[in-house]
Amino acid sequence: MSSRFESLRRSLLAGERLVAFTRADDDALGARLLVWHDGRSEGTLRSPDLDRAATTLATGQDLPATGLLEIDGTEVFVENFEPLPQLFIVGAVHVAIHLVHFARQLGFRTVVVDARSAFATAERFPHTDELVVEWPAEYLARTRLHDNTFCVFLTHDEKLDNPALEVALEAGVRYVGALGSSRTHAKRVAALREAGLTPELIDRIHAPIGLDLGGRKPEEIALAIAAELVAVRSGSEAGDRGRSAGLASAAELVAVRSGSEAGDRGRRAGPASAAELVAVRSGRLPGGER
Amino acid sequence: MLAGTIAAVLDILPDVDRWRADGRKVAVATVIRTVGSSPRPLGSKMAVSDAGGISGSVSGGCIEGAVIQEARSVLEDGLPKRLLYGISDEQAWSVGLTCGGEVEVLVERLDA
Repeated sequence: MSSRFESLRRSLLAGERLVAFTRADDDALGARLLVWHDGRSEGTLRSPDLDRAATTLATGQDLPATGLLEIDGTEVFVENFEPLPQLFIVGAVHVAIHLVHFARQLGFRTVVVDARSAFATAERFPHTDELVVEWPAEYLARTRLHDNTFCVFLTHDEKLDNPALEVALEAGVRYVGALGSSRTHAKRVAALREAGLTPELIDRIHAPIGLDLGGRKPEEIALAIAAELVAVRSGSEAGDRGRSAGLASAAELVAVRSGSEAGDRGRRAGPASAAELVAVRSGRLPGGER
Repeated sequence: MLAGTIAAVLDILPDVDRWRADGRKVAVATVIRTVGSSPRPLGSKMAVSDAGGISGSVSGGCIEGAVIQEARSVLEDGLPKRLLYGISDEQAWSVGLTCGGEVEVLVERLDA
């Protein structure tokens, strides 16, 4: 019986995606196979057929959920180790201070990056997991951006934002959001096109960033961004920006119209209801029908 | 959200690392099946050391004592165990829990 704990430990700390299979039947209780998403594996379920079936499951498009599974008539416990969501915040600005606070509470590992050492100080960011004083594009380029990575760009400075945006978009991270009005964003889009990025990639940017809660204070903007991160992470429609502007405002009208009803339902505790409170206070509700 | 699975390991990791660095034997219990509402999700883990250390949890407190008891023999002989706990509504009420249902736990000893 081999627990494979060392390998599991090393991989999880490195943010790798893997699935652990453990025999749950009496014949080989505890026998374990680890399969990484790229097809590497370690250990065995003591049956070549089971090992093969498990490897197929762990390297496919739809990974099995954590739980007991019957594979070829054998009970196997599956653990799907999705890397912890990590959030890179480019721009050690005021909004970032609040965003780190919300994001950490919501289970994100946070990294704040800014080339401007006057902003990126430990005094302003005692609460972030990591604080990096470096050109954001250079830092992101040498960092492992796995598929559960979220990047937000808050610098207000295209020299800092745009090259880093290119790195994040090309790495195919899960979420890219950029602060700025529609006008600022139009300028940004033009610059990124100029730099040779495809419209499809540029279209992945969430801008203006955050769910529309109507707030303007730094902490309210941070909450709107945090709400959008949660929506994307949970696959909610509110986080989906595939919609046209017209559809989005239509959804917003519906949201406002049904406002009292949605406000009545105490749906979630903590930051989610905080988002709702800000939305209600600003006379707005996020995202429409969820 | 699947991140709960990895969070369960990271929760117990600091204690497990410290115990192993001290040369202790460590057993880990994992929730592999739940029926009805259960206080801890699938994949939740509790680690137990042969010096009596405990880290993490596999329920809201109702089965931990029993699991720790079983973990002692797993620590000794290294043979994994699959344990089924039924939490009747009556029992659940008496310990102040509303869970009810069943929990299955796999206990194993970590490699030296």
